[in-house]
Amino acid sequence: MRRRTAIALGLAAPLLPSRPAAAACPEPRGTGDLFVIVERARGSLLIAESTGNTVLGRVEGLGDLSHASLVFSRDARFAFVFGRDGGLSKVDLLERRLAARVVQAGNAIGGAIAQDGRVVAVANYEPGGVRLFDAATLAPLLEVPAVGADGKRSKVVGLVDTADNGFAFTLWDSGEIWLLDPSDPAAPRITKFPGIGSLPYDANVTPDGRFYVAGLFGEDGLVLLDLWHPETGPKRILDGYGRGEEPLPVYKMPHLEGWGAAGEHLLLPAVGRHEVLVVDRRSWREVGRIPVLGQPVFVVVRPDGREAWVSFAHPKNGAVQILDLERLSVAATLTPGRAVLHLEFTPRGERLWLSARDDDRVVVMDTRRRAVLASLPADKPSGIFSTARAHRIGS
Amino acid sequence: MPERAAAATLLLLLLAAPGRPGEAPAADPGPSAARRAELVHLLRHDCGSCHGLTMNGGLGPPLLPATLAPKDREALVVTVLEGRPGTPMPPWKHELAEAEARYLVDLLVEGRVP
Ligand code: HEC
Repeated sequence: MRRRTAIALGLAAPLLPSRPAAAACPEPRGTGDLFVIVERARGSLLIAESTGNTVLGRVEGLGDLSHASLVFSRDARFAFVFGRDGGLSKVDLLERRLAARVVQAGNAIGGAIAQDGRVVAVANYEPGGVRLFDAATLAPLLEVPAVGADGKRSKVVGLVDTADNGFAFTLWDSGEIWLLDPSDPAAPRITKFPGIGSLPYDANVTPDGRFYVAGLFGEDGLVLLDLWHPETGPKRILDGYGRGEEPLPVYKMPHLEGWGAAGEHLLLPAVGRHEVLVVDRRSWREVGRIPVLGQPVFVVVRPDGREAWVSFAHPKNGAVQILDLERLSVAATLTPGRAVLHLEFTPRGERLWLSARDDDRVVVMDTRRRAVLASLPADKPSGIFSTARAHRIGS
Repeated sequence: MPERAAAATLLLLLLAAPGRPGEAPAADPGPSAARRAELVHLLRHDCGSCHGLTMNGGLGPPLLPATLAPKDREALVVTVLEGRPGTPMPPWKHELAEAEARYLVDLLVEGRVP
């Protein structure tokens, strides 16, 4: 292979004397095996590849990336990064450089990309609301202030893409779900569902795009909205799962993501209880709960649906538990690093990448043998995002 | 961690109680240098998960001198130790001794977070 390349170059060189740049240009590559790692304190991203488990490079200058998340363009060439400081950055994963950047709010929490990939939406805490941007240029398209039924601006959480290039999001302060249809930017249509419950902390959509589920902090329960039939309104599920017991302190808010293909089940972190709740995706009734060793933060289903890997809030964030989803029980407890902040599987689940913030490392694990395969240096890593997300609904 | 917190509380009691009646808690030297580094790490990263890495606010309010200075410091120490029930602010008394909570509040109010 190498020899053939050399011969080809030898033949081509004299014919193309005016293209010296070609020598510096690396082999073309795809982006399907890339992982993007947020370095929260340094304000940078690491671009890594998951075939040989190596870091390809770093992109700096993205502002305050504490609690940052990102989505991918539909061709998985670009990442749109949502910074805590309201910065929205478009990063070229192949050239590994900042392609565009705007500071669009004072304090932001996350975002989504429309079904057709043309519009990027950002959820803002300050000023509370959602802003839409052209995915090509980051030119502003629309602003939706999240003024709740109480007349005040609310922080926005749980922003996801929905069918027909719409978006769904949740108002933390006033407890509402809003559906946004921005097809006519001059007259966007918003459907509001107020009074869903107290302090919804996050929300997401099921992998098929049908159900939007919001978790409540202020009450024991979750809220379900059928996006095929929004006219039927939000319904409460797992109501009173805490059974009236005093909640345990929550040192870090759980996240609703990583639902994957867990058969008929959906796995949800309980809030203020050291349990993972298992719900039937058809009846939306509880089918079980798995006791775990701390407040679960991420409950991420392996793409084959056989296991879920769970990370925890402080002070248990040095542990990761593996749940057996056939038996609905804990199969193993690992201590892969200090302050594990995020977990991300490779698209087919043979490996898991996790960020160990206080070890300044990203650890790559073989998920079948549950053994460490590689350990990559990273500066206070937090979120890890596989480009496979480019082709998934929700976040 | 709770052991260390307990040790710190014990130290406080030893320092404050016998032979030094009525001495103000201000005489307490506070956490050791090594413990201070741990506390600042906790502040930036664990408190920061809700209040922002730069204390500029997130789900929780900003913890900046401008917003905190008008408030009663002792009440803020109580907030850190006991949390605010009904809000996401959790109680930290199982993790932090009172002197440690006070150290953090002082850093925040005086804008001295290293
Ligand atoms: C899980 C989220 C969360 C974490 C973690 C958290 N806080 Fe808070 N904190 C809040 C919220 C929310 C409030 C506002 C409560 C209210 O509505 O009164 C708050 C309020 C406060 C206040 C009172 C602010 C004011 O203006 O009155 C202080 C001080 C504070 N937090 C300090 C801390 C410290 C120090 C830590 C870490 C040891 C910490 N917090 C960790 C969520 C959090």
